Amino acid sequence: MARVVVDVMLKPEILDPQGKAVHGALPRLGFDGVVDVRQGKRFELEVDGDLTQDRLDEVHRIAETLLSNPVIEDFSVHVPQDRR
Amino acid sequence: MRVGVVTFPGSLDDVDARRAVALAGHDPVPLWHRDHDLAGVDAVVLPGGFSYGDYLRCGAISRFSPLMGEVVAGAERGLPVLGICNGFQVLCESHLLPGALVRNQAMRFVCRDQALRIETTASAWTSAFTPGQEIVVPLKNGEGCYVADEATLDRLESDDLVVARYLGGSPNGSMRDIAGVRNERGNVVGLMPHPEHAVEEGFGPGTDGLAFFGLLDALASA
Repeated sequence: MARVVVDVMLKPEILDPQGKAVHGALPRLGFDGVVDVRQGKRFELEVDGDLTQDRLDEVHRIAETLLSNPVIEDFSVHVPQDRR
Repeated sequence: MRVGVVTFPGSLDDVDARRAVALAGHDPVPLWHRDHDLAGVDAVVLPGGFSYGDYLRCGAISRFSPLMGEVVAGAERGLPVLGICNGFQVLCESHLLPGALVRNQAMRFVCRDQALRIETTASAWTSAFTPGQEIVVPLKNGEGCYVADEATLDRLESDDLVVARYLGGSPNGSMRDIAGVRNERGNVVGLMPHPEHAVEEGFGPGTDGLAFFGLLDALASA
């Protein structure tokens, strides 16, 4: 078993009302140093067997077909170093 | 004509859509998301609601249901397909229509009677209107903000692909006040407001929505 992480973020030009709402709450809590917040999604995929290049390519296809919408989102795939 | 209305888990407006189809003089055919064929219908409506609980992204999971595979193949052959609200989101996720629908800019669910201008009658679903006609139908969405890149928006306008615009400013932040778009062929239309809730006097703001279900030129464009 291996873990692969897919991060999905709205493209920079797409307005992120949720991030804005989070950002707007920070000063009310006394946190003044944050100039912007953008909210994304993190997917942790447990995959069977060894993490081969084929398997990583498959995760890329999963990320671009289902986990993200390429019209509004970018994604990145990475393998965390601290294996469980 | 036989008009299929797809029910996904979480669809809300499928029954209203079937009722609108019947009031427009057509034969509504219930379709189930797990079906593998379109039962020979002449047109398809994807109704509003929260299919698959809006999990992941609105419409993202519905897109991969067995029936949507048939709807996409049918649309590419010219089958008239109308997506309303969540159905519009499904059509964008399916890449049958350009752009995407994201959370309302003001972060509030909007529910009201909404004035629209019909921008083009060159589609299977708007041919019964006159160009520039102003109508009022209900609008109710939390993620109805239409977005696309500038080049796509320019192309939508230059190619007459904007089907309807919000009047009096966009209620959800939609770019260029876009409330609905069509594909190049004109058989696929996505609309954020709800014409199926304005088809009978005494129930909703009037009967302006009925003409969407007239399908006058649908067979000609198919």
